[in-house]
Amino acid sequence: MASQISLLMENQPGALSRVIGLFSQRGYNIDSLSVAPTQDPTLSRLTMTTSESNEVIQQILKQLYKLIDVVMVQDLKASESISLEMALIKVSNKSEVISKIEKNYSSLEFNELDNKDEKTILRLIGDTDNLESLLVELEDDLIEVTRTGALGMTLGNVSLETEEETKVIY
Amino acid sequence: MSNEEINGGDALIRALADENIDLIFGYPGGAALHIYDAIYKQNKVQHILVRHEQAAVHAADGYARATGKPGVALVTSGPGATNAITGIATAYMDSIPVVVISGQVASHLIGSDAFQETDMMGISRPIVKHSFLVQSAEEIPVVIKKAFHIATSGRPGPVVIDVPKNMTDPNYKFEYKYPKDLVMRSFPILGKGDDEKIAAAIELFRSAKKPVIYSGGGTIQADASKELTEFSKLIGCPVTNTLMGLGAFPGNDDQFVGMLGMHGTYEANMVMSEADLIFNVGARFDDRITNNPSKFGLAAKKIHIDSDPSSIDKIIGVDLAIEGDAKLVMQQLIEQVKVSGFDQAIYKDWWSKVETWREAHGLNHDMLKLKNEKDIILPQQVIQSLYQITKGNAYVTSDVGQHQMFAAQYYKFKDPRKWINSGGLGTMGFGLPSAMGVKFAFPDAEVACVTGEGSIQMCIQELSTCGQYGLPIKIINLNNRALGMVKQWQDMQYGGRYSSISYEDSLPDFVKLAESFGHVGIKVEKLSDLNDAMKESFAMKDKLVFLDVLVDPDEHVYPMLEAGGSMSEMRLSKDKKTF
Repeated sequence: MASQISLLMENQPGALSRVIGLFSQRGYNIDSLSVAPTQDPTLSRLTMTTSESNEVIQQILKQLYKLIDVVMVQDLKASESISLEMALIKVSNKSEVISKIEKNYSSLEFNELDNKDEKTILRLIGDTDNLESLLVELEDDLIEVTRTGALGMTLGNVSLETEEETKVIY
Repeated sequence: MSNEEINGGDALIRALADENIDLIFGYPGGAALHIYDAIYKQNKVQHILVRHEQAAVHAADGYARATGKPGVALVTSGPGATNAITGIATAYMDSIPVVVISGQVASHLIGSDAFQETDMMGISRPIVKHSFLVQSAEEIPVVIKKAFHIATSGRPGPVVIDVPKNMTDPNYKFEYKYPKDLVMRSFPILGKGDDEKIAAAIELFRSAKKPVIYSGGGTIQADASKELTEFSKLIGCPVTNTLMGLGAFPGNDDQFVGMLGMHGTYEANMVMSEADLIFNVGARFDDRITNNPSKFGLAAKKIHIDSDPSSIDKIIGVDLAIEGDAKLVMQQLIEQVKVSGFDQAIYKDWWSKVETWREAHGLNHDMLKLKNEKDIILPQQVIQSLYQITKGNAYVTSDVGQHQMFAAQYYKFKDPRKWINSGGLGTMGFGLPSAMGVKFAFPDAEVACVTGEGSIQMCIQELSTCGQYGLPIKIINLNNRALGMVKQWQDMQYGGRYSSISYEDSLPDFVKLAESFGHVGIKVEKLSDLNDAMKESFAMKDKLVFLDVLVDPDEHVYPMLEAGGSMSEMRLSKDKKTF
């Protein structure tokens, strides 16, 4: 079961490369990554999944937090959380594909978005494991696929928030 | 004054002055010319012209290690920036506060493969604590302020400021104001340790029978040497320092069992192997210490004090982690011990055992008395001679290799910040430029650069800088006519197949070389001449002396931990080992 880490970082050039660079530099693997600005335009939120062991995850959390551009880090699996992912797939045999989804993957939401040139684009939303099994099953049907990577959020009162600002006075 | 409008170059230099920086090391070039013009127009910040950018950063690094204040280097874009990289990586691995300002092509040219353009932010990213690409001239003062704050606080480290040329445009002026404070989002700096953990640490000492205090470079960086010494005296157990931590606890104190690790003393490594409590302050259980981590300290409970939480449980899991500033944590520990008292007698049996180790295979600190028929000089004897003649008070910088280990083993550093070496990255070429930084910081102190004929040639161009600024450094060259440490490994692990360790007959005449730069060169070939030559070198107070000492080319550094083994598995000489 992959672990999921969420973090808030400065929304500025170079911040993302520091996070990604940390993973290659220290030999950690990233399975998926998703990043976009938050309601505070000075912050971006990044979610990543990784299959590293728990000891390595603890190191990753500390190493990430050490980066000056990273404002807060959270291990989503440490609390109750939800995780889901979206994929767009393009197929030419729409009805077969839809019946496969309906038969075995009822937990996945899907919509039809477009049908140009008799090629259908479907939007799928659901948990990553289900989505991945479906994509394996559809391997011969897929013309192309693109995925967001998993997004996640903890439930209730537990939230990823920034700490108080540190004011350094000389 | 505060409303005066100045340009970005002037602002940068004035901000350095406002940060109390009076000395920077650098090398000019196209993208940095506006900054160099600003240097010319003022006299608060002195610029030292080195001969290679690597040396600029090493000099700034040596200055920082010796003083505890941040060092500053200034280089131009492209090759100036890339030449600085080895220096930055050296500072990064040893957590040294250095600020490197690099020129960059004008912002509209970034990404166009312009002349002398290189992606300094990208190239330096994995080896900096943080880096800044200046986005506007107006932000220069605040960027400088942040850079110094980041470089010097918490676990220190190098910070790069990349300055596109147009940010220092002489015709673009703005109101200069140096910030009095800073707002940083999420930049926690650890202070005191958790009181319950402090108490727990003392309890672990009380219940231990065989404890050891293992201290590293972090203790020196945190200026916690006095506290370490006081605490160790209160507890009364054996103390060992890492290569980076030498001098934090006095090397001439009976409680000190010497350096530990790869080339640590027999007694220090045995103490670590058999300890039932390992108290680590400011060290990081790195691979030169632990040897095989799965065989490390199996019988010991472990306490780890570190200002960087990511160092804790990174390689060796610990029983008690105290996150905090070493100085403050040690003060808390001292306070606690003073209140409750501590009975040192509980370690009596432990000390008897330590003494037997010491007697069996301790370092011979009287090697100068060893005579041999051929009058050949052993490298260890050179260090002992240096130690005697400088009375253990010199600043000693080193390069990397056998000479570095001999210096670490035989120069018994009494004080912190006097042993300056590249422990983490292991950078040959570090010794001479870092000695320049030390000499600028302490012009009246004795500064020796212990080096080898291999290492010294990696930054030998700095003999010219030393001439220009009159830096009477003593270069002690342990000349064994080969890359000694590589040769040692080839002896031990490659059946004596000496691959690329010899210069054949191409070594320079170091005496003439030194003289050609206006310095003094002395060559010593016989043990009977060693002490006199050493005295003579240090007697020349205002001269750089290059003391070229021809040492036994076949000497190895021992003890040496056996690869993949535990800390008790050591080679003690060419034909003696513990396993």
